[in-house]
Amino acid sequence: MRRLFAIILVCALIAGVGVGCKAKTGVVNLGGIFCMTGGSATFGTSSKNGATMAVEEFNTAGGAMVGGVKTTINYINEDDAGSPEVGASAAQKLINQDKVIGIIGAVMSKVSLAVAPIAQAAGVPEISPTSTNATVTLVGDYIFRACFIDPFQGTVMANYVYNTLKLKTAAVLYDNGNDYNKGLAEFFKAGFEKNGGKVVAYEAFTDEDKTVDYKAQLTKIKATNPEFLYLPNYYGSAALILKQAREMGLNVPAGGGDGWDSPDLVKIGGAAVEGGVFSNHFSKDDKSPKVQDFVAKYTTKYGEAPDALAALAYDAAGLFLDAFKTAGSIKGSDIRDAMKKTTFVGISGAYKFDENRDPIKSAVIIKIVNGQQTYVATVNP
Amino acid sequence: MTFLRTHRTMATVIASVLAYVVIKLLSILPLVNGEPLLNAYYIQLIILVGINIVMTVSLGMVNGFTGQFSIGHAGFMAVGAYTSAMITTVWLHTSTANPWVGYPVFIVAILAGGLLAAAAGYLVGAPSLRLKGDYLAIVTLSANELIRTVIRVTDALGGPRGLGGIPKFTTLEVVFVFAIVSVVLMRNYLFSSHGRSMKAIRDSEIAAESTGINTTRQKVFVFVFSAFFAGVSGGVFAHLLQFIHPDNFSFVKSLEYLIYLYVGGSTSISGAIVGPAIFTLLPELLRGLESWRMVIYPLILILTMIFRTEGIMGLKEFSFILIPQRQRKEVSV
Amino acid sequence: MGQFLQQLINGIQIGSIYALIALGYTMVYGIVRLINFAHADIFMFGAYMGFFLAPVMAKVFGGAFIPTIIAAMLITGLLGFVMEKLAYRPLRYKSRLSALITALGVSIFLENFCAMPFVFGPTFRAFPDLIVAKNIPIPGNLGLSVSNVLLLDIGVSVILMVLLFWFVNKTLIGKQMRAVAFDKPTASLMGINIDVVISTAFIVGPALAGAGGILYGTTYGMLASPFLGIWPGLKAFIAAVLGGIGNIPGAVLGAYIMGISEAFATSVNSNLGYGIAFAILIGILLIRPSGLLGKFMPEKV
Repeated sequence: MRRLFAIILVCALIAGVGVGCKAKTGVVNLGGIFCMTGGSATFGTSSKNGATMAVEEFNTAGGAMVGGVKTTINYINEDDAGSPEVGASAAQKLINQDKVIGIIGAVMSKVSLAVAPIAQAAGVPEISPTSTNATVTLVGDYIFRACFIDPFQGTVMANYVYNTLKLKTAAVLYDNGNDYNKGLAEFFKAGFEKNGGKVVAYEAFTDEDKTVDYKAQLTKIKATNPEFLYLPNYYGSAALILKQAREMGLNVPAGGGDGWDSPDLVKIGGAAVEGGVFSNHFSKDDKSPKVQDFVAKYTTKYGEAPDALAALAYDAAGLFLDAFKTAGSIKGSDIRDAMKKTTFVGISGAYKFDENRDPIKSAVIIKIVNGQQTYVATVNP
Repeated sequence: MTFLRTHRTMATVIASVLAYVVIKLLSILPLVNGEPLLNAYYIQLIILVGINIVMTVSLGMVNGFTGQFSIGHAGFMAVGAYTSAMITTVWLHTSTANPWVGYPVFIVAILAGGLLAAAAGYLVGAPSLRLKGDYLAIVTLSANELIRTVIRVTDALGGPRGLGGIPKFTTLEVVFVFAIVSVVLMRNYLFSSHGRSMKAIRDSEIAAESTGINTTRQKVFVFVFSAFFAGVSGGVFAHLLQFIHPDNFSFVKSLEYLIYLYVGGSTSISGAIVGPAIFTLLPELLRGLESWRMVIYPLILILTMIFRTEGIMGLKEFSFILIPQRQRKEVSV
Repeated sequence: MGQFLQQLINGIQIGSIYALIALGYTMVYGIVRLINFAHADIFMFGAYMGFFLAPVMAKVFGGAFIPTIIAAMLITGLLGFVMEKLAYRPLRYKSRLSALITALGVSIFLENFCAMPFVFGPTFRAFPDLIVAKNIPIPGNLGLSVSNVLLLDIGVSVILMVLLFWFVNKTLIGKQMRAVAFDKPTASLMGINIDVVISTAFIVGPALAGAGGILYGTTYGMLASPFLGIWPGLKAFIAAVLGGIGNIPGAVLGAYIMGISEAFATSVNSNLGYGIAFAILIGILLIRPSGLLGKFMPEKV
């Protein structure tokens, strides 16, 4: 008898969970998958802020017309804890439980790659703001991204350093546990050597969110006397590496990729990051009202200046919602088709997707001058 | 009923098949607003629970029943996951489109993954199981991280980019068959004379040795056996997620299995089934709490351990797991 | 040659921080046979205390380093004491492994609780400069240099270790600790208050980890997230086992070996450096199963 009771109880419980969210007229769900807990939570928080802001603006502006009904968005943010497995569960939940019309996310390529097969199979468009691994969008035609991929960015910096800065030898120090860092490092090296430059040291470390001591690698790098230090890592470790490099007397110019874009780079690195150059999606210096407006609004809302992750998540969500509005439909295939043809203009420039659903966008080069990000140049693909 | 009491293997199978039928029905019948109760999200969680059960039961063989302390189980899972994914995806390019070719390859691949994991288990276990207690812990933990480092720097395995495009062979049915076969095999092993020597080693290694048990050999054998199942689980896991990354198998993952095992009850197979079932679902049930989720989860864990120190099941077993009565009589005579 | 010596210096610096964490692991293990996974998070907590307290201390005392390190040690000591009382004491006479899982739970709790936006938050924090970093070149033509931060790291670690040796070997409570570590039942029969001894171990160990946290912050100038303790903690724990867990000089030796082997392994191959350090440890443990300074204890039947 007790067992029977237990079984009934379990069934009732499952049923209780199953019932719930039934979409009200005129409101559809949009999912976000970002790392909100764990060591990379700071990246997830920025991305969530950006996406949330885009959704709020979309709703304030009146939403979209779907079959003659004014429809607004209910944004549901899920945590992937930086783990592919948790990300996959989050995607299943958003798609099957919340019936989302699309997914914004994830930050890390390894999570996006676990989310993508699920979104593709369910016919739900996914757009990742920051997953730069080239294979992400190759999973299927429902998968998009809002950032340029590693080959472009690495090559841009290689050309800039060799042709504009006229430096002939470089050292690379990157995180070998992360595809973003590794991709940038590889393409920088290839591009730099193709130009005729020499990469005199190519050193790695493991897991930038866990490593703080880079002196062993830097000691080795210093012995090779490079003219330039390429650090394709996120701002935290880039700042730390430069601090330790300066402490050791390695005072050559340094640079990196869009991972450098955060107010924290200067806060942590101080004088050590002065003069650093990096490639980015947009410049906060940009006088265009769109960028200025975004920076101002974001800063008022969240109390800090937006970093690249926030800007790209804002763009990714904005692009998706724009396509949703154009499509005027909640069907995944309609939104996908609208996304493919998008001409959305975001913070990081005008979007246009190539056949792999990767955006064709220009990059900007930014230099740290007196602790401020200063616009240097724009590089077109 | 007497039949089931004397044929516990059958009882286990019947219990699991019943569970399967209930879950399958719930995932098909349109009970709630014209939709099935268990959507793909729940099914994915149930599949994960199945994989975690096999991982936990196999860890329990070493930690619970033999009294050793291995904390690098995810390393063997990685070996199995990568081996099987390489076979099905990179070398043979199988797909789910043709199940008559796909599934035999999948089965061979996950078994190959299990065997390679067992070989890795032998390499780790043979020298280190001579050592006692916490040193095994350090060696297994280090081996776990070593395996991950090797995968990470090997570009042929995808390195830090991970290995994607793996066909989704793991379905609810696959996991049910896999979990039932694995758990029954391990259970029967435990109730054999080997199982008794394992428990003897756990209770007193010296006493066990003096009764003529070759303790080192027994320990290594169990360790390899357990690594095999971890490897096969890894293969099943890879073909569920369709993408694997070295970070899936870090020592943090190994610690998760330790939690499942000790929360459920380390010296009970039923515990090793209940533990992962509850603690795989718990973080998902807590999703609504957003970032509070990972604050509440460890609190529940701590309270469970304080109030149910021996784990949820303690020494108890579900009746379908227990020793067959037939055999029990023989023992008592 | 110059590079070799520089790597040695690098290894010693990181080893000093490992040592302070490893001491806590080994003390607690020696007395209650518990791998206190949450120890790494106490280290993290200490580092964050430095972040929050340093500006206050600088205002109140003028100088920041010494008052901050003392305050952080007091706070982490208190945290250790409370942790033992709430989470471990109820399990003291129960299975050793259930205490271990509880320790894991405490660890996950501390990390995620501290990552909540209203506690420490998940974002990067620039650690205040407690001393101004300066680079001191070593005379000679090898191109070597040490920073004053490095000298501070080594100095503070050595002072704290000497104090600990004095405490354990000369004071009454220290002697009681050693007695309990050696044989708990007999020690309690001799009238030693086990509760007091265990509490002391849970105050002293975490206090050292707190000091380690301040050194960590001062050395690297950044606190990445409340998860920052995991990896130094893991390495320190391995160092403690390497030296012979439960053995205090062993933990220090193990920590320096860990730091130095890591620096050299990285300089040989930075891709595999992280893994090589683990391989070395497996090797050493296979040759000396009870750790470098651990005593082999024949089992009594």
